[in-house]
Amino acid sequence: MDRRSFLNGLLSVSGLALLGSMVYPVVHYLIPPEKSGNSVDSGTAAKVGDLKPNEGKIFKFGEKPGILIMTPQGEYRAFTAVCTHLGCTVRYRADVKEIWCPCHNGFYNLHGKNIAGPPPKPLTAYAVHVEGKDILVSRRLS
Amino acid sequence: MIRKILDWIEARISLEGPRHLLEEKTVPRHRFTFFYFFGGMALFFFIVQVCSGVLLLLYYQPTPANAYSSVKYIMTQVPFGWLIRSVHVWSANLMILCIFLHFFTALLTKAYRKPREMTWMSGFILMLLCLGFGFTGYLLPWNKLSYFATKVGTTMVDRFPFAGHWLLELTRGGTEVGSATLSRFFALHVFVLPFLVILILAFHLYLVQAQGMSVPINARIKGEIKFFPNFLLRDLFAWLVALCVLALAASLFPWDLGVKANPFGSAPPGIKPEWYFLAVFQALKFLPAHIVRIEGEVVGMGLFSLAGAAAFLLPFIDRKASREQPSLWVTVGGTAALVFMIAMTIYGYFA
Repeated sequence: MDRRSFLNGLLSVSGLALLGSMVYPVVHYLIPPEKSGNSVDSGTAAKVGDLKPNEGKIFKFGEKPGILIMTPQGEYRAFTAVCTHLGCTVRYRADVKEIWCPCHNGFYNLHGKNIAGPPPKPLTAYAVHVEGKDILVSRRLS
Repeated sequence: MIRKILDWIEARISLEGPRHLLEEKTVPRHRFTFFYFFGGMALFFFIVQVCSGVLLLLYYQPTPANAYSSVKYIMTQVPFGWLIRSVHVWSANLMILCIFLHFFTALLTKAYRKPREMTWMSGFILMLLCLGFGFTGYLLPWNKLSYFATKVGTTMVDRFPFAGHWLLELTRGGTEVGSATLSRFFALHVFVLPFLVILILAFHLYLVQAQGMSVPINARIKGEIKFFPNFLLRDLFAWLVALCVLALAASLFPWDLGVKANPFGSAPPGIKPEWYFLAVFQALKFLPAHIVRIEGEVVGMGLFSLAGAAAFLLPFIDRKASREQPSLWVTVGGTAALVFMIAMTIYGYFA
């Protein structure tokens, strides 16, 4: 190897190292750190008496919406309100007694199972407990 | 391959300008040739400012409630966030330092003389805009020091004759420094100023390329350096030095965030502006409360404005330099201004 090619090689390696030392922090910076709020495990969805049978409401569960439903039989059920198709927020339809995604006309039954339209998977169900006047919702241990 | 791409482009637009730059442009060699690097280094720091600024925008939230916590989040939670912010602040300071060096070297070598009047004036405006960057950016983290420094700085605007109060409300977006001020400073800092700077900078750089480098009056030319690749490589080496200084400063001395601003708390003792405003700040402090029944600060601001206007119009005031004759009074005045600035800044720093 002559002196010129050695120096050229050295310059290229140094240049790459310099570039790498600038790109590395920037790439890491671009990816946001996980927020603690993203992984809440439980929260208050509503107060007792907020819902009548055959009604539903959206509540905040961490940073995502959840849906709490009181079935026509008076039983509370809770699911994630994020449609499994393209992420729209679903709502409860009292007329058909099903959970409906208005974006692409997807339907889920009262167990969160996808029954019509494009949703590929059921909605994740949450555990519901009534404590005093609060209706508490928590992630089910898998 | 590159040849083919160039031919393809050449068939559509003329590449005569860039070719001339690469093949024929030369840079004169004399004992002040190294002065030519300061402008390029300021440009380098400006590019770093744009890149690091865009990165900070990804997490920064410009409201009094969230500004401080979002910067704190950047510095403590986001990977390398402390480094990006530190680079942004250090690079801002180094950019202004390079601009000052560029300004004074151009002044003392009379680079403003015919035919470079427009280069000088556009450069002067760029310097003011960069000081504007410093002033508006300083408030954005919404910490105690920056809050009160902005309060003091914007109150100075009130001292301008006639339109003072109107200007004060215009800059603050109200009578007090608050959320409206933060929104205005943010808009100025991330949109208005960058837009103006890029526009005027393009003009400034075009003039530099079109007219070539100015040679100091009576300088003994030792020869010429080809711009490409010889001078460009030297320029790149200067950028590398600038990068090393920046990287060392930003990583070894990360910029502090301070405590969150509380508009209803009392001002911290010994409040000072950033170093580049310190000379003016300190000089104004020396003035008596009243000079011939006019407020001392009004007189001071008036004098600084006059000095600024004179510097801006220097190519038209200094007729001797236009005739390629040495103009002693500009050298004396410029050196005096430089010594005054350095002395006041040092005094203000330790006062």
